[in-house]
Order: sequence, then C-alpha cells, then structure tokens
Amino acid sequence: MDVIIENLPLYWNGFLRTLFLSAVSGIFALILGTLLAAARVSPVAALRGFSTVYVEVLRNTPLTIAFFFAAVVLPRIGVKFEQFEIAAIIALSTYTAAFIAEAVRSGVNSVPVGQAEAARSIGMKFGQVLSLIILPQALRTVIPPLINILIALVKNSSVAGAFFVLELFGYGRQMANANGDAVIAVLLGTAFFYLLLTVPLGILANTVERKVAIAR
Amino acid sequence: MSSVLYDVPGPKARRVSLIASIVGALLILGLLAWIVMTLAQQGIFEARRWQIFTRADVWRLLGNGLGSTLSAAALAAVIAFPLGLLLCLLRISDAAAIRVPMRVILEFLRGMPVVLMMLFILLGFGTSAFIAVVAGLVLYNAAVFAEIIRAGIQSLPRGQREAGLAIGLTSYKSRMLIELPQAIRRMMPSLVAQMVVLLKDTSLGYIVAYGELLRAVQVMADFLGTQYLFPIFFVAAAIYIAINISVSRLAVWIERRGSKKAAGGTAKAEPDVLEAAAP
Repeated sequence: MDVIIENLPLYWNGFLRTLFLSAVSGIFALILGTLLAAARVSPVAALRGFSTVYVEVLRNTPLTIAFFFAAVVLPRIGVKFEQFEIAAIIALSTYTAAFIAEAVRSGVNSVPVGQAEAARSIGMKFGQVLSLIILPQALRTVIPPLINILIALVKNSSVAGAFFVLELFGYGRQMANANGDAVIAVLLGTAFFYLLLTVPLGILANTVERKVAIAR
Repeated sequence: MSSVLYDVPGPKARRVSLIASIVGALLILGLLAWIVMTLAQQGIFEARRWQIFTRADVWRLLGNGLGSTLSAAALAAVIAFPLGLLLCLLRISDAAAIRVPMRVILEFLRGMPVVLMMLFILLGFGTSAFIAVVAGLVLYNAAVFAEIIRAGIQSLPRGQREAGLAIGLTSYKSRMLIELPQAIRRMMPSLVAQMVVLLKDTSLGYIVAYGELLRAVQVMADFLGTQYLFPIFFVAAAIYIAINISVSRLAVWIERRGSKKAAGGTAKAEPDVLEAAAP
C-alpha cells in the first residue's frame, strides 16, 4: 500500500496521459468513423468500396499490429514523429474508427425505412436526408454502443505503454520493475485507475441506454 | 437500406456518380501510388529485401510464431468458454450472496485492460509468458462470455423459465435444460465475434515477451537486420488479417444461417451486446 501512496504522482501523470490519449483518439475516431459510415451508405460506388475495405481490414487487424506499424515500421520508412504520442493517437483512432463506423451504420439501418422515404418524398437530397433525418436518429440509438467502444478505447490505450508512451500502463510496468517486492500492489493500483475511467463510463452507458431508448 | 436513402439515379445522377467514383478511385490510387513511391525511395521493393522469403528458416520462424499465436488462442478459448458459462450461472444465481460479489468480480475483469492482466500474472505469480498470456485471455474473455450468455438468457421470454419451474424442474435444471441451450444458440454470432477478439488479443502477448507472430517479426528483424523489418512485418500482418477475416466471415455465416432457421423469430443478438463484444 505504501508503494502506491509513494508513487501517487506517477499514477496521476499516467492517468492524465491515458485520459488525454483516449480523449483525443476518441474525438478523431468519432469524426472519421461517422464519415466512413456516411461513405458506406452513399450513392458513390468508390466511396462505398473504400469504406467497406477500410472497415473490414482495420476491424480484423490486431491492435498490437496497428501500433507496431505506427510506432516501429513508419519511422523506419521515413515518417518520423516528434513524440510517440502521435503514433499512438494515429493507431488508436484509425483502429477505433472502424468500429465506430460499423456501430453508426447499424444505427442507420435501425432507422425505419419510412423516415428516409418521407424525407425523399418532400424533395430532400441525399446529403439532407442523411444529415437532417437519418443521422440524428441513428446517432441517438447508437450512443450506448458508442460508449462501449470508447470504454474499449480507454482499455486499448494501454497498448501504447508498450510502444514508448508513458501512460498508465507504461508507468505501471516501470514501477513494477522498480519495486520487485510489491508488484501486485503496484499493478492493482494501476488497475484501480483504469477502473476509475471504465466503470463510470459503463454506468453512463447503461443509464443513457435506458434514457434514450425510443419506443417504436 | 442504402437504396432507400436516395432516389433511383437518373441519367444525370448516374453520370455525376460515375464521375465521382472515377475521381474517388483516382484519389485513392494516387494515395497508394504516393505510398508506393515513398516506400520505393526507401528501397523497400529491392529484390534482395524480399529474397529472404526464399529461405526456409524465415518461414519456419514465422510458422513457429503463428503456431504459438494459434495455440495460445485455442487453449484460452477452450478454457474460457466453460468458465464463462459457470460465471454466468453464478452471476444469475438466485442467492444474492453469490450474485452480488460475482457482479463486482465480472465488472472488475471486464473493466481492466487485458495486457495489464497478462503483466499482473507474469510478474505477480512469476509464471511463464505462455501461461500469463493464456490466463489473461481466459480471465477477460470468460467474463465477457458470461455477460453475453446472461444477455441471451435475459432476452428469452419469461415463460420459458416459468414453464420449466412449473413442470417441477429445479432452478438449476431449468437453467441447464431450458434456458442455456436457447441462449447460447441465440448468442452464437456474438460468441464467435468474441472468439475473433480473443484471437486478435493474442497479439498482446508481444508486450509480455511471448514468442507469438509479432514477436517473431521483431526477433527476425533484430537478427537479420532492420532493412528486412518491413517485408517481414508486411507478410506477418497479412497472415494475421487473413486469419481474422476468415473467422469473422464464419461469424457472419453463422448469423445468416441462424436467422434463416428462426424465420420470423428474433435470432438476432441484442445490438449493444454485439457492439460490446466488438473491439
């Protein structure tokens, strides 16, 4: 227990870094994922094809491979980063975007057909149908799964710790190596800080799920 | 659904769409060409870099790595599923003394990064990397399996259990004979999707120095020279992705087959459960 209290500043730094990585990657992933989902249902075949291939490949790529590519392979072939945080954000947001795209697409599919038909029958174009009618309803139904994806993102950000970024997992590993006699306490402390993020998010997902459930 | 979003394209819209398609394809091709040019400037495509794949020992090492990946995933899946069933039965037990602590344990297991659990087992119990990887995967995935099966049981009509109890089955027998078989069948797509996640998570073994596919790439690159890193990484990533896509296809196929069988019924899993299992 003393180990945890002694190292509280390190835990706090790691916690903030994890929060930062998750928040930035989460925002990028939400934007990219929604664009990919829109491309997936668009009338332009090239966009549909690109989005399908992207989602299929990224969803089936192990996260470690994505990180290895961003942090080890990219610098070797000439893409240099000032900080490895950037590599981590690239890996996390491109990976998570694929899952968000799938979730948003399933949300689009859950909007009753009549909504799109009604919108078209009053003369709306594809962009208007999507942005004014379909997406607002779709996003609402997919908020709980989106929060679940963000929980997974927080947990996935731990992989960054193995690729030269000092966040919660990175500090945890460092402290475990430094305090060989108190490994269990150190790592339980790390786990606690992760739970501090994931458990409230989980509760939020459940609450929102009950709140936004639309009776159809 | 996608066809509902826009009108059947007329001649003008078709022309615009065709042009947009061509422009989009050109943009993507241009991006690819730029990547290929950049790589070529680094000398990635020189034949000597790819000649290592004519060596048998490179393939043998890759094969070993793949073998380690698959054996860890298989062992973890075989242990995690029954354990998940057990955890699920405890989680929905009639006795609050069992149900409530179980709930806390499952929340704890699901809320932690898998790689942290692996490190915990590796350092905390001083096990081998293989055991750490398998145990980490088992703990996490058993908890997820338990939640998926629980969602399946809760999605059953209440009459199923009531009928089971009414004909004199004990609570346990009703779970085993009436509810579980239906719940597992209903949740098959989610369960297989979670298997893909498990297979993908095996790559986390790289971080705890387990000799899986990615670690084999790293070892070979260190040993043969970093100029071979990209070719070896490329092949290993392709192998990983190909295997995962095949298993994902299997999940889709099972889902289709399931929904065809239960025509009119609702064989589809709860969407949020599917998503929770996804990343």
